[in-house]
Amino acid sequence: MNFDFAQNHFALFGLPQTFALDRAALDARYKALQADYHPDRFASHDDATRRMSLQIATRVNEAYQTLKSPLARGRYLLTLAGVDTEEETNTAMPMDFLMAQMEWREAIADTRASRSVDALEALNRDLAQDTAALTAELGALIDVDRDYPAAAMAVRKLRFLEKLHEEIGDAIEAVLF
Amino acid sequence: MALLQISEPGLSAAPHQHRLAVGIDLGTTNSLVATVRSGSAACLPDDDGRTLLPSVVHYGADQTVTVGHAAQKRQNQDPANTVVSVKRFMGRGLTDVADAATPYRFVDEPGMLKLSTAAGIKSPVEVSADILRALRTRAEQSLGGELVGAVITVPAYFDDAQRQATKDAARLAGLNVLRLLNEPTAAAIAYGLDNASEGTYVVYDLGGGTFDVSILELTRGVFEVRATSGDSQLGGDDFDHRLYCWILEAAGLSQLNDKDARLLLTKARQAKEALTEHASTQITAKLSDDSVIDVELTAEIFQQITDHLVQKTVTPVRRALRDARLTADDIKGVVLVGGATRMPHVRRAVAQLFGKPPLTNLDPDKVVALGAAMQANVLAGNKGDDDWLLLDVIPLSLGLETMGGLVEKVIPRNSTIPTARAQEFTTFKDGQTAMAIHVLQGERELVTDCRSLARFELRGIPAMVAGAARIRVTFQVDADGLLSVSAQEQSSGVQASIVVKPSYGLSDDEIGRMLSDSMAHAGDDLEARKLAEARVESESIVNATLAALEQDGDLLNADERQAVDTALAAAQAANAGSNANLIRTAAEALNQASGDFAARRMDRAVSRGLAGHKVSDF
Repeated sequence: MNFDFAQNHFALFGLPQTFALDRAALDARYKALQADYHPDRFASHDDATRRMSLQIATRVNEAYQTLKSPLARGRYLLTLAGVDTEEETNTAMPMDFLMAQMEWREAIADTRASRSVDALEALNRDLAQDTAALTAELGALIDVDRDYPAAAMAVRKLRFLEKLHEEIGDAIEAVLF
Repeated sequence: MALLQISEPGLSAAPHQHRLAVGIDLGTTNSLVATVRSGSAACLPDDDGRTLLPSVVHYGADQTVTVGHAAQKRQNQDPANTVVSVKRFMGRGLTDVADAATPYRFVDEPGMLKLSTAAGIKSPVEVSADILRALRTRAEQSLGGELVGAVITVPAYFDDAQRQATKDAARLAGLNVLRLLNEPTAAAIAYGLDNASEGTYVVYDLGGGTFDVSILELTRGVFEVRATSGDSQLGGDDFDHRLYCWILEAAGLSQLNDKDARLLLTKARQAKEALTEHASTQITAKLSDDSVIDVELTAEIFQQITDHLVQKTVTPVRRALRDARLTADDIKGVVLVGGATRMPHVRRAVAQLFGKPPLTNLDPDKVVALGAAMQANVLAGNKGDDDWLLLDVIPLSLGLETMGGLVEKVIPRNSTIPTARAQEFTTFKDGQTAMAIHVLQGERELVTDCRSLARFELRGIPAMVAGAARIRVTFQVDADGLLSVSAQEQSSGVQASIVVKPSYGLSDDEIGRMLSDSMAHAGDDLEARKLAEARVESESIVNATLAALEQDGDLLNADERQAVDTALAAAQAANAGSNANLIRTAAEALNQASGDFAARRMDRAVSRGLAGHKVSDF
């Protein structure tokens, strides 16, 4: 069983190292790789082969999850470019973004109190629009402008939006279940 | 002269040679064994032509072990030595089943409970192994050779301890486990391959003791599980029990002796089954005091008294749809699995939920075993023209305990397996050299609300200031859904690794409660989390101040010392309470009160650092 653990996720799937992604090609290549390396293919083989297959299939799953998510993909591309996104350490955000965050949080808190799933879902749709716009911006910063510091900032912003999305999801589940 | 050819051990000697492999559905109530012969899967019958083997084991004083129908006959005379529904005890401790009404003499053991029988003390793993051994014998006699391996099915909602126990039972029965396969996924294989289906399907699996729901995407030979959910304390048994209570009420009875209770439970099950075909049924029974019960049960009444049980399956279905980011409209078909889905009102409820009649063209009792046999055939290396790929998920999130009794999720539920995730943690105190790793399973944010899977210690971390050590903890979940954990300190390479062999698993009660509570108490969790975080933050400031006072207390005059001490006492007092805001305020005040002190310590540290050095050294 031959597998190059040193190659990056884009190389693994035979995709160009860009933010723009051919999702259908990723899905097809992912399934082809799992068809070759999944532990089910080696269930009757010796221990060493089974262990190797486990490691490869695990790596393929990790790579797939990373490229599938725009936030994870952006972060990964920056890491490959040697840029740390500083999501845990760099908390300096532009004032307008912080103001928008506060408004989002208030809106979520108010809507949570109303216990209306429809209102929470509406909030989710608004958030999805903001996320889509920011994702497009991140893509342009990486693929076109190659402005990595600005892209790192976009990743940090997207992380905030992802947390908002999780909070809305938790609030919806709290009402539903 | 021609040389004799000898193949390498472990490799199939001849490609045309069919390797004997079976699929086993190890059920709460009944078990089955199936295999693929001449390209099609079939359940293997016993000598009397019966495919279902009741999951019942009788232990005699003369060490005889009886399994199946024969054991079932002993149930009424010798309940204490006749083990039924042993699946409910797999990977469980005594406290997990304490409230279950059973005739058994339990033995409290560290880890999994055991049962005291006439033939000695038996663990649930041994009892399950006896069932598996009976199926293995049936298969080998029927197929005329030794098995190379077996696929054993487990509820998708089984946790690590329950899966591990099942695998151990199979090994004990002398079976080579090719894979543990989730029951709804096995059903999807049987259904999908039988019908050449494509699209998104739901498997609704209501068995004797557990409820599973899985959402799968079927595309050209790929079975991809998008999400799974369930309720491990809901099954056909609950319908029987509800009906039993209704009979007691209708007949004006209260307490019954064990024998009568067993009789009426059997009558309840028979009545439930009769209503599958008929609109009403007569329940008649003669009790031990010669009194006679004779009541009529209509389908309408049965639906009324068990409607809440049917409704309980709706929440996991909704949750799975949500996790898969789908709605009922996206579902192409619903496959029914498990004997309990024969109940007409369950079928109607499923039809209503998805807006389409469920698919019932495969026998709900056999479909899991058939799918397992098909998978076993592929795993054993009997590759046919039709080959497929299975991508399954883990049902519950895995996490680690962090400071303040919080759980940091490392692998979220519904992650595709095999998967691994590494997370870095750091030390809390200066000079800390050991760290306890506590592995948990569940969706809640607090340790006390999740199930503890394992604890181990990482020792020999080099002494560093708090927060400097980098401990990387790696979770690996294999294709059987089994977890192993390893930890490593990054700078020194100190390493600890264990296969998680939990001493006990999640109780049926706990696992069901965990998910529903996690949703119901999302608000509580948030408050609790805030409080725990505030405490951690504040304790860290308090500790730093105490250490600083000890080292450089002489830098403060009496008044300054008094101010710091007051703020310190206030912060400690606030920490003892449970007001997050107060804790935060007090910690902030302490931080300010010791601000000057910190600056002076910094000056001293710098001058100490410079002392004895020449400028040219820098």
